[in-house]
Amino acid sequence: MAVITRDLHLAVRQGGATFLALVFFLLTVTLFPLGIGPEPAILARVAPGVLWVAALLAAMLSLDRLFQADFEDGSLEQLTLSGLPLGGIVLAKIIAHWLTTGLPLLLAAPILAVLLNMNTEGFAALLLTMLIGTPALSLIGAIGAALTLTVRRGGVLLSLLVLPLYIPVLIFGVSAIDAAVHGLNAKPHVLLLAALTLAAIPLCPWAAAAAVKLSLE
Amino acid sequence: MFQGHDIACDRGERRIFSGLDFQIAPGQALVLRGPNGCGKTSLLRMAATLLKTAAGQLTWDGADIAEDPEEHRARLHYVAHQDAVKSALTVRENIATWSKIRGSADARIDTAMAAFGIAHLADTPAQYLSAGQHRRAALARLIASPATLWLLDEPTVSLDADGTACLQQAIMDHRADKGMVMAATHIELGLDDVEILQLKPQ
Repeated sequence: MAVITRDLHLAVRQGGATFLALVFFLLTVTLFPLGIGPEPAILARVAPGVLWVAALLAAMLSLDRLFQADFEDGSLEQLTLSGLPLGGIVLAKIIAHWLTTGLPLLLAAPILAVLLNMNTEGFAALLLTMLIGTPALSLIGAIGAALTLTVRRGGVLLSLLVLPLYIPVLIFGVSAIDAAVHGLNAKPHVLLLAALTLAAIPLCPWAAAAAVKLSLE
Repeated sequence: MFQGHDIACDRGERRIFSGLDFQIAPGQALVLRGPNGCGKTSLLRMAATLLKTAAGQLTWDGADIAEDPEEHRARLHYVAHQDAVKSALTVRENIATWSKIRGSADARIDTAMAAFGIAHLADTPAQYLSAGQHRRAALARLIASPATLWLLDEPTVSLDADGTACLQQAIMDHRADKGMVMAATHIELGLDDVEILQLKPQ
């Protein structure tokens, strides 16, 4: 869809957001060995949680640009008036957001997992849960980003709104990796995570579109 | 035929205007006049379905536009205070993006840039444009993707005499082509045979 290509084109041209999220992810994760000491066993124990929390914060960091830039220069208004359904436009922007932040985070995660001495049994689960879970981060985050559009310095409010909603994604993402690392069945956790994402696909664009419409009045 | 019947507008708790009627036939232009804060922009935003009417009805060929807002949006262009021009993209890319989103042919992009005298800036990133050139790039969208109804909110802001002349020519061509124009403007656009709608502050 034209809106996805537009957003990707802009992201490539401006470059900043993807890079920022990645560097943030990298730095946060490398802080942990420095903070809790280089003991491999401890690092391996906390690795899934650290990776997921860092990915979650990195994804959140880029959320305020999802609609804000377009809102400020009038593009969001013009997109609304393009004759395409607003829900579809919002979904397209969410997909572009995932491609520019969720996907790079997903690709960087295994490298950082090595750094944290994570058990190799957990790698497949890490990639799988990130693949299923990061779209949910973009989807849920879009609601927060749309709701805080008209709020001045909405960034803090955005994190307060969005972080509690991210908790289920975090819980099931981490427990799936933990299960895999300890040789247990990770499938139930992965399925619950998938259920979260699937529920978010129709609900979040609809809610975010309603919030965008409200902020344009 | 685009019509408004007995329209009222509320902003916050305040009634801005009420009992407003207007109609625009194909080829006609309606110019909104009135002091600051009398609701010119609000009326245009209502006509663009961005704002709900507090009372009354807006109809297109007799059908309420609120029933199918997407269909109504596809047939209009709204030139707002903000230009919606991305500084990271070139002038051509800016116009092309909107053409693609609105699903119109690329062939009209060059015509549109020529019509507003910015053809020589086609490959210049928009961040190096002056305010007037920015505005021209925004106005070029009117030509690049055809739409029946043009809603123009102070379209001549930051345009020079030449830019205003380009806009006049574009409006005349649009009207000759059975297009409709609804514009809020303080200065004379030099158009003949326009209806004037005077809004009064309440």
